[in-house]
Parts: sequence; structure tokens; C-alpha cells
Amino acid sequence: MAVITVERKPLTFLERTYLPQIAGGLKTTLKHLVAPKKTLEYPEQRPAIPTGYRGVPTLVMDPNGREKCVSCQLCEFVCPPKAIRITPGEIPADQPDRAHVEKGPKAFDIDMLRCIYCGLCQEVCPEEAIFLQNQFSMSGYSREEMVNHKDRLYELGGTLPDAHFKWDKKKAAEEHGNAH
Amino acid sequence: MIATAKPDLVTVNIDGKEIAVPKGTNVIEAARLVNVDVPHYCYHPKLTIVGNCRMCLIEMGMPAVDPATKAPIMDPATGKQKINWIPRPQIGCGTNVSPGLHVRTTTPMVKDAREGVMEFLLINHPLDCPICDQAGECKLQEQATGYGRGYSRFIEDKNVKPKRTQLGPRVTLDDERCILCSRCIRFSKEIAKDDVLGFVDRGSYSTLTCFPGKKLENNYSLNTVDICPVGALTSTDFRFKMRVWFLKQTNAIDTESSVGANTVVWSREGTIYRITPRRNDEVNDTWMADSGRVLFKAVQAPDRLSAVKINGTDSAFDIAINAAAELFKANAGAVAVVGSGRSTVEEQFLTKQLATALKASTHLVSRVGEGDKLLVSADRNPNVRGALVTGLISTLPGVKLVDLGAQIDAGKVKVVVTVGEDLAAAGLNAGQLAKISLIVLGTHAKSMDGGAKVVIPTLTAFEKSGTFVNQQFRIQKFLKAVPPMAGATDDLIVLAKLVGAAGGATIPTEVNALWKTIAAAVPALATTTFANLPETGQLLDATPFSALPFVEGETLHYKPAQPVVAAANA
Repeated sequence: MAVITVERKPLTFLERTYLPQIAGGLKTTLKHLVAPKKTLEYPEQRPAIPTGYRGVPTLVMDPNGREKCVSCQLCEFVCPPKAIRITPGEIPADQPDRAHVEKGPKAFDIDMLRCIYCGLCQEVCPEEAIFLQNQFSMSGYSREEMVNHKDRLYELGGTLPDAHFKWDKKKAAEEHGNAH
Repeated sequence: MIATAKPDLVTVNIDGKEIAVPKGTNVIEAARLVNVDVPHYCYHPKLTIVGNCRMCLIEMGMPAVDPATKAPIMDPATGKQKINWIPRPQIGCGTNVSPGLHVRTTTPMVKDAREGVMEFLLINHPLDCPICDQAGECKLQEQATGYGRGYSRFIEDKNVKPKRTQLGPRVTLDDERCILCSRCIRFSKEIAKDDVLGFVDRGSYSTLTCFPGKKLENNYSLNTVDICPVGALTSTDFRFKMRVWFLKQTNAIDTESSVGANTVVWSREGTIYRITPRRNDEVNDTWMADSGRVLFKAVQAPDRLSAVKINGTDSAFDIAINAAAELFKANAGAVAVVGSGRSTVEEQFLTKQLATALKASTHLVSRVGEGDKLLVSADRNPNVRGALVTGLISTLPGVKLVDLGAQIDAGKVKVVVTVGEDLAAAGLNAGQLAKISLIVLGTHAKSMDGGAKVVIPTLTAFEKSGTFVNQQFRIQKFLKAVPPMAGATDDLIVLAKLVGAAGGATIPTEVNALWKTIAAAVPALATTTFANLPETGQLLDATPFSALPFVEGETLHYKPAQPVVAAANA
């Protein structure tokens, strides 16, 4: 292998005093001393979450406070780390609000130790029932605590505006429409 | 089908591919042979043809001949005989092949026809795939994707119909999803011979319903769910339990009778969700009885045995085998083995080895019910013929274990090994049971277990692989669908250990390895291997047993060789 000999330039007088470098360093430090703060006093202060942020997956209610999930299990199917586990159940005919939906989850568990926050569950959901919302910190003392069960998922999710009212329309059709 | 005479072959041309098919084949089946898919809903290979869904429209034509001279008219452009295409599409299911028939399935006319039919079928379809049990195996989904238009022009209100009508104890009807193909009606009428279903009202008011005062409650009602091309008929038991795309399919055999209907077991993560029939034209066509579909519930039944017991207290497997060995040694020559017609051929072979090693008499428990002339035969043991083939028994089992009872009373038998059979139910009285030391291999708790010396839990048919010989002497294999329950041991291992405890030779317990031993020992199975057993089974030579008075009457693909002896049923 060829060796290229590089001639080392001797330092100038100013460079040998180190003063310009110290001044330059102090300038940077002083600039940050007066500049506006970039950090937050977490956890008292929380960052503003941009739209489209993928936080903890949650289940949402429709504006009438009914669960939107019909336990089609597509999110369970698409979930790459298999974090979602659903037990489907039938909605009994004696619930006038929801009986026409027929099917809802009996149990809905998301294992947050497995979840990779990819958002495929939200993307695949045909009922717009599962959303990755703003919450970004999940902590717990045991593995069981890190599994979000159905009630916790609805607590986290709350109610989101619904653009479609699919089941309302179905019910209206049943009552007034082309009933046979 | 038995190839008696060579069927008359007819050459047809489908999408440019020539194929010779038997006379009487329709265009859908002929196209299937050249891998051309003709979409259809109402057509079913085992039912009559009605041609009411109009999905299988194809274009067809015949070679042109001069009307006067019958001389072929040639097409100067291609140099071949000219084809006279019918200007309108025809249905493929209702068109039987004829010599020289030409079929096109890829022309714009066929494409338009299919799109039109799909659009009409979908206008009143509720599109509730997310909650529909058929999703994933729905013809409407598949064909809307494959042949549909992709968008809807229908802006009017959809029809609203009842969503959960109970047609019978096991079948739920969702009227909105029904496309009125009438497969279920034809099945009930033609196969189940229980004509209870029909359409009422006209136009978009048409509805599938049971005739007044009747219910869809025959033992074959769930076949209508299988053949329903959409999600209209659903199984009440499987309804909303699990989406089909999660389920693993394992080929199995129905164990409820000696018909040996081929089935598929659908399971997910060690839990079985449903059993459906598997097509075997020689055994069960595409059907099975409802009673065979709930057998999987025995796997997770609360009375499953899960612990080895000696004299009623929990113990370990090796200790139990040693205890059995001591019983065998102390009572040499006074041991009897009760085999089972529910055991697999492999287990019966090992039971036979056990009996040989112990110089013990062998017995089999008979289960005789009433045959329904379709897919449940009179012999409710799935594998009595396997016991004959493997030499476990040489005559058919008697009604009750009379011989064994007499031997016990005479003091000739002091130890009884029972392979999965309940001796109390099989005719031994309490006094006889008290006289013997009992070694029980079984899956579920039975009344006699309390007094047993040794109880070893074994596996249900869903947790192991094996073979059954059905009433036609057709040996059919089934595979392990779910992992064994904790605490239970494979019957083959238990039996092989017992053979060892009785002083017999070491026998492999893995099914494939065991079959080498079986093939060497049983002349009738000399050329059979487990791995190479075809999906449809293999017929064994039945002539050595032709004199035996089998109890089965006629069923779907079985005719008894001789008239049923009435006494055998007594």
C-alpha cells in the first residue's frame, strides 16, 4: 500500500495562544445562555403532539356513546407483533340501541409490551373504531399492568367525531326505509 | 367412481384449449379441468342444476356445417372450420358438453354479463362483511373482487330484512345476505330427504323460510350452512366465535360411525372451533351429519382425565407402568384385554401385541345404533374392521361382554386392561368388576374408574394421528389437529410401554415408524405406509371377512354385501 507523507503545517502565533478558540467556545455558550429554551420540564410540562402522531392504540365510542368496534378481528389479523387479542361476542337482541349491530367484542386486549405503534390496526379498521391517539408514555409495575383491557382502551380512547354513522343509518333504514 | 366401461369422451374447446371430457359433463366442470374458473353460486356438483343465479354465463358456439350437405364450412382467414357463436351468453352449469363445443369465458360479453349479475346481486346486499361469519370464505366476496365492477351505482335505499331468524336448532338465517340460489332448498329435498325449506313472496320480497309448522332440524341441517355461498345461513354454534382466516385446517375422519365421513377440523392455537365435511366422492360426497360436528367438544370437556392414578391417588406415568407390570406378573395367564372399535388401526395393532405378549383373550365392545341410510351407519364404532384387519378380533363383537363376564365369574380372568372402553356400560356388573384388577386407558372419567387399580389418561381422536378402516374396508388417515392435553399420554406410547411391561418386544410409537412394523406383521397392510396413504383412502381386500354378519345397512356409498341379519341388531 502506498504511503503518502503529509507535511504538518506549523501552528501560527495566534493559534499557539489558543485565545481565538476559547473566545469562539465562549461565544457559543453565551449564545445558548440567552437563547429560548428547547427542553421541557417533563413530566410537569408536556410537549404539544402533532396531528397524525401514533401513540397508544385506543378504542373509541361514537358520539352516542356506543362502542364502534364490531370485533371483526382484522386488527388482530394485521397486527405484526400479535399484540391484539379479541374474543368476539354476540350483542343480544334485547339491546334496542345496538341490537342491529349484532356483534361486539366480549374482550379486547392490547399487549403494550408487544405493540410497536405501527398504526396498521387503525389503518385496517373498517368501522373506524381503533385509533392511535396522543398518549405516548405507558408504564407499569407488572406485565399484566401493561396489557390494556377493553374498559381501559375505551377510557383512553374516549369519543371521537364520526363521519359516517353507519349503524345509525342502518337503524334508520330498518325503521323507515325499504323494510321488507 | 368405479371405472367400469370407458366413458364416452367428448372433445371440447374452452378458451382455445382442447380437452376430452366424459359425456354429460357440464361446462363448469369441463372448464375446471383446464383450470378455467367459471364463477357460479347456485351450481353445486352434488345437487341438481337450476341455473337461477346466472353467474356462470359463458359464450359458446358450434363448428359451422352447411345445412344442406353437412359439409364443414371453412374460415378462409384461419383455414380452420368456422365457429358459429351464439349471439347471447349461455349458462355454463346447465350446458352439457357436446362434440366440438367451443366455449369462451374471457370475451367482453362474458365480462359484462358477470359484472351485471354481480351488480344486481350486490344492490341489496347489506355489506356487513365485518360482522359476517362467511367473510373469508364467501363466494360473493371472492367474485366481487374477481369479476365485479368495483363500485356501486345504487343510490336508493337498500332492502331491510330480518337479520337473525332461527330456521332450526342449529341454523340461523340472515335474510339480507341471501342471494336466493336455492342450494339449501335442493339439499334438503334431494340429499337430506327432508323437504322443509322454500322461498315465499316475489321479487325483492322473496325470502327463504321453513314451511309452516316445520323446522330445519334434521341431522344434516348444517350442510346447508356449508353450501350457502354467502353468509345467509350460519351455524348457531359457530356464529361469531372466530373469523375463518385464523383457523388452521386439519384433515380428519368423523368418528361417530363406521361410515368414516371425511372432515376438516378447524382450530386455532389448540382450540377447535368447528368441523366441516371434506369432499370424498367415494365416501361422503361433500356432506356430513350434524352429530359429528360437535364431537370436538369432548376435547375440552370438564370430565377429561388428566392425571395418572393408582388406586385412586395421583401418581406418575412410569410408576403406573410398573404397577401394571407387577399385576401382569402376579396374574400371568389370567389377563384379558378389552380393545376398542374407537381406537385407531395402530392402537388396535398394539393392543393385539399386548394381548399376544400376555397370552390374554381379546374382546371388543360393540355399539349398535340405528343407521339413517345416509352418513350415520348402524355400527357406531368407527373402526371395527380395523380390529379385524389387525387380527385383534376374528369375529364380530357380541352385544355385551358376556364371554368376559363368564370368564371373570369362573375366576379365569383376574386382570382386565381396557383401552378406552367403559366396562360397566359394556355389560359387566358391579360384582364382576369388584373381582378384577382393572387397568384403564381412557380419555374421559367413567363410573368404573373409582375401583380401577391403574388409570392412565390418553388422547382423543383430535389430538393424535392415525387411521380408521370404514365399512367399505377403506383405510383412511386423520392427522393431529390440536396438541395433546397436559397430563394425557399418546395411546401408542401407553400401549407400547404396556407391551414392554408384559415382556414383549420394543415397538416404535411414532406413527410413520410404527407403520413399518405393522406392514411387516399384517399381510393385508403389507404395501401400505402412513405417509403414502391417499387423501381419499385406500380400499383393502374385504374377501377374508365376507362371511361375517356386519350390522350396517345401506348408506350413501355403501351397500351391504349380504342382507342384514336381524338377530345382530337384537
